[in-house]
Amino acid sequence: MSGLGEAFAAAWALIAGVEPGLVGIVTLSLQVSLSAVLIASAIALPLGAAIAVGRFPGRQALIVLLNALMGLPPVVVGLLVYLLLSRAGPLGSLGILFTPSAMVVAQTVLVVPIIAALSRQVIEDAWREYDEQLRSLGASRPSAALTLIWDTRFSLVTIVLAGFGRAAAEVGAVMIVGGNIDGVTRVMTTAIALETSKGDLPLALGLGIVLLSLVLLLNALAALIRELATRRYG
Amino acid sequence: MLPLELRDLRFSAGGHPIIRGISARLEAGPRSIILGPNGAGKSVLMRLCHGLLRPSGGEVIWHGAKGGDPRRRQAMVFQRPVMLRRSALANVIYGLKLAGHSPQECELRAQDVLEVVGLAQQASRPARVLSGGEQQRLALARAWALGPDVLFLDEPTANLDPAVTHEIESLINMIHAAGTKIIMTTHNLGQVRRLGDEVLFIDRGLLREQSPMERFFTRPASSEAETFIRGELP
Amino acid sequence: MNRFHRVLLCLALMLAVPGVHAQNFITVASTTSTEQSGLFRHLLPVFEKKTGIQVRVVALGTGQALDMARRGDADVVFVHDEAAEEKFVAEGYGLRRQAVMYNDFVLVGPKSDPAKILGSRDIVEAYRRIASAAAPFASRGDKSGTHAAELRLWKTAGVDPQTGKGGWYRETGSGMGPTLNTASAMNAYAFIDRGTWLSFRNRGDLVIVVEGDQRLFNQYGVMLVNPARYPHVKREQGQAFIDWLVSPEGQSTIASCKIGPDQLFFPNAKR
Repeated sequence: MSGLGEAFAAAWALIAGVEPGLVGIVTLSLQVSLSAVLIASAIALPLGAAIAVGRFPGRQALIVLLNALMGLPPVVVGLLVYLLLSRAGPLGSLGILFTPSAMVVAQTVLVVPIIAALSRQVIEDAWREYDEQLRSLGASRPSAALTLIWDTRFSLVTIVLAGFGRAAAEVGAVMIVGGNIDGVTRVMTTAIALETSKGDLPLALGLGIVLLSLVLLLNALAALIRELATRRYG
Repeated sequence: MLPLELRDLRFSAGGHPIIRGISARLEAGPRSIILGPNGAGKSVLMRLCHGLLRPSGGEVIWHGAKGGDPRRRQAMVFQRPVMLRRSALANVIYGLKLAGHSPQECELRAQDVLEVVGLAQQASRPARVLSGGEQQRLALARAWALGPDVLFLDEPTANLDPAVTHEIESLINMIHAAGTKIIMTTHNLGQVRRLGDEVLFIDRGLLREQSPMERFFTRPASSEAETFIRGELP
Repeated sequence: MNRFHRVLLCLALMLAVPGVHAQNFITVASTTSTEQSGLFRHLLPVFEKKTGIQVRVVALGTGQALDMARRGDADVVFVHDEAAEEKFVAEGYGLRRQAVMYNDFVLVGPKSDPAKILGSRDIVEAYRRIASAAAPFASRGDKSGTHAAELRLWKTAGVDPQTGKGGWYRETGSGMGPTLNTASAMNAYAFIDRGTWLSFRNRGDLVIVVEGDQRLFNQYGVMLVNPARYPHVKREQGQAFIDWLVSPEGQSTIASCKIGPDQLFFPNAKR
């Protein structure tokens, strides 16, 4: 397929030429998605752990809700965050609409349910194994939750990566709250959307290849870290 | 802590009665073995005494408790050792830290007990890669490091080969000699003879008899006990 | 944990989310046709160099751009639907509309030309022929300036395109680019501004079939969002941008925006 061939050529030209525009777009994409994933993890991991070890009325319903929210469409999240941050909206005075901060907010909202729901499952499975022993040693539930987060850290890394993948790949949310402003809020996915819009399909595909390569690289790195750590900690 | 009194203790799960009214008194001193066929409720009884399960009826009373949390003065070793994903030393330190010791105390005490149980060489190895026997010794070390008045053991050598079983039994005796009350369950009649000072025979959720070890074997008070000793019950 | 601490530090540094809270900028709500044709790439650096004011363009359809401004999320609006713009001012959301530049619309279609209109200079007649031939037509259907112009022409032709809905009349509900991609793939006719067409790279079998009709004139206008309505609007900087657009320097910069030999937009601000 000549289109694919052109795409690879375009991708190579982009990287080799190291267009200054491309560097900026890639850096911004990474900054936004990594920030979002880190903030989301800080919220979602304790949340998942708390639900995993906790016993309270409505727990089952909460788990079902959390699992369902994993499927939140990015464009819907974008719309909701836009209405929140718009000047006409409740948080308009923050003035962060159409800036990378808004994009981080939107992607954080998108990713929290994923990390929370999946970590809840992982930690609950571990809790079943560790429950009696930890209580026997005198650990309170909050203390046990933290211990479990640390003990399941390798599985949690995989989950965080899944969250990153979701954030880096979405276009609906960042397009709406970021505005795809040239040089300010243009990231890889919105750039791809734009080039597709302009009919420059090889370039759009080329950018897509660059994006995929980046995500692949990050996943490979994480796999390496996991491998080394497993050998060390068992 | 001791004596430990059980007053008409009952426990049901899912509508099924498992412990159907047990009253007993365990004094400081003798090594108590809880014996009985499969499904008699031995493990559940241990967990009720240790506080991992809440009774459906009756009471667990620690007469000697001079204030403070009775749980802190006990420890338990389970049939399958549960180790955290960290080094052997760190696993022992974990329990000590929960008990509130300073980091230096934790480190020193942990190293001491590892020395005593013969795991000093394995201190920095990941606990999870140790053999079954080594892990169980580690579990003993972890429990004993807390300096408990009472040590519960739930079929501690059921999964271990004879040589390792012998090691574990020596350690149990040593711990007993150092002043800790031993309350243990087992299937193994030979082990009862080696380690038991008194026997509590449980059958179908009821305490059939409590007698010194010798008398239990020579003149069992109940027909169920007799059948068990002769090996006809599971 | 030391190793982990170091890793975390590196990550944190890398993630100092770019301080794009640059103080000196304005937000302009504009259209996809101006963005995608490359006009802003050409125009804005000149203005920014001269004044130091960064111009941040959010490119949407005309209708969306005006809605965005009604919510107060822009300082300046730069679109191409005079009627909608005047309404915007009349409603009190904008101050004084000014003309900036114009270009024209063209009708593109497949070389095979099922409606037999290639080379015509009569857009209204062309529309009638498309409807009677039930030839595939891809419309934007998205409240944009282009869409508004397209609808006005259908009305003039006395045709209700909704009768062809689901058949030959296909509303993509999206911007110019995606609509063109669809038209190219379906070999359909499409109504498009010349600037976007000149910079569009996925033409497939499409060529210009109708152009040059007076009724295809496409006027762009600019307005400041009313600071009385939204006090946070950057009045001075926004006005500076508007003044520059209609100034001789701005107008000639617009004129110099070309793709190959073709000029994209024609300045026509009134002094």
